[in-house]
Amino acid sequence: MNKLIKWGLPVVGLGVLAAGWWLGLAWAPPDREMGDVQRIMYVHVPLQWMAMLAMFLNFVAAVTYLVRSTASWKLDSTAEAAAEVGLVLGALGMVTGAIWGRPTWGVYWSWDPRLTSEAIMLVTYTGYLVLRRFVEDPDKRATWSAVVAILGAINLPIVWFSVRWWRSLHQVQSSPKTVDPQMVLCLRVSAIGLLLLTIAMLMHRYRIALAERRAEVALPEALPGNGPAASVRDTPKVA
Amino acid sequence: MSTSRPRPLGLIGATLALLRKDLLIEWRTRARLNAIIFFALATLLMFSFALGPDTRQLEKNAGGYFWLAILFASVLAMGESFRVESENACLDGIRLAPADARAIYLSKALGNALLLIALGIVLLPVMVALYGVKVVTGFVDLGTVLLLGSLALSAPGTVYAAISSNARARDVLLPLLLFPLVIPALLSLAKATSLVLQGDPMNQLGSWLGLLLGFNLIYWGVGFVLFPRIIED
Repeated sequence: MNKLIKWGLPVVGLGVLAAGWWLGLAWAPPDREMGDVQRIMYVHVPLQWMAMLAMFLNFVAAVTYLVRSTASWKLDSTAEAAAEVGLVLGALGMVTGAIWGRPTWGVYWSWDPRLTSEAIMLVTYTGYLVLRRFVEDPDKRATWSAVVAILGAINLPIVWFSVRWWRSLHQVQSSPKTVDPQMVLCLRVSAIGLLLLTIAMLMHRYRIALAERRAEVALPEALPGNGPAASVRDTPKVA
Repeated sequence: MSTSRPRPLGLIGATLALLRKDLLIEWRTRARLNAIIFFALATLLMFSFALGPDTRQLEKNAGGYFWLAILFASVLAMGESFRVESENACLDGIRLAPADARAIYLSKALGNALLLIALGIVLLPVMVALYGVKVVTGFVDLGTVLLLGSLALSAPGTVYAAISSNARARDVLLPLLLFPLVIPALLSLAKATSLVLQGDPMNQLGSWLGLLLGFNLIYWGVGFVLFPRIIED
């Protein structure tokens, strides 16, 4: 990886994120009804956006992996990196949302469609990562986890519509037209900073995952566990 | 015309042949059906202990408990459906037969659904006795819910059972993967069943059945397309 990108991207990302948050805390006007509590939006909303982006990347990588006839470790590593980064961002987004919910709604948690589907998304991708840990054969792991990723991603819109038939509490997205331009600017700067950071995290995680895949394929004997590793050894693959 | 070679079975023929094989094994051993019936009965009993002997409360939530008991039992049944095939490498034998991988999926998923329907038919009278429920809107509605629900649980469940039967810690993996996935189905099943059991004055049953139908179409379709990739080697 280019050294400039490796060090420059996280530094610039952190800088932009810090600028966005400082603007959000000090410069943007407080919300008319929620007051200063609303300022957590500059943290919460970008986190959720980036989590969504990472999960979408995971879905695209999984579909592409299955469509292509030859096993691509790059796509598999992309899927793993995206799911892990997305899970961290989503979990942080949920925590910041709960912190905001307590003073605003009076409770940390409520079973509204948005929160319910977010929780189910986090559980779904936790299961996805657990499956990856429990399958030692890299070929099978890549194929199976791609199937699980696709089934899980299809499920999320269905969850959203099914729980929507209960009643809703989470506010709908605000349009930039109705929001103070200062708020819009702070949100955009924070989102760009977090986007750069997310890309940096994805690139590092991808690099590690790809190195792991290559090591696994090159040295099947070095795998932990006994069952699947033995089968890999018995039937040498032309990787 | 006069070839002596047997013609290969089509997709439907292979599915029916495999389904007959699975049902025959089930009929001769009755291992899975017995296990899941007693497991689900115990679960229904446990719910009434967890809530105390308040029959009104139990009756109000009967639909949800009914489907939770079936869901828990289905994890056992579906995990077992592929364990049978991994003994003596039977799955490899079926694929060499040669059977279409999609036929294996259809037969396994239909077999699991039939098992769950049988379980539901056994559980219903028990629920009438334990929870004091009544079938208000008729047995046709109840049968539709049971049919759609069993199909909805077995379509994604069979895919995940095939995956987890080959992984480490398969007993943990199947529920971990399956439970978040079937939440929309479970939600609509619980709602639809309580509407059947308590009356449907607002005519809501149709929309929940529609959601179940959509869930079924999506997961039977996706499972049918993706399953061959799971058992390829």
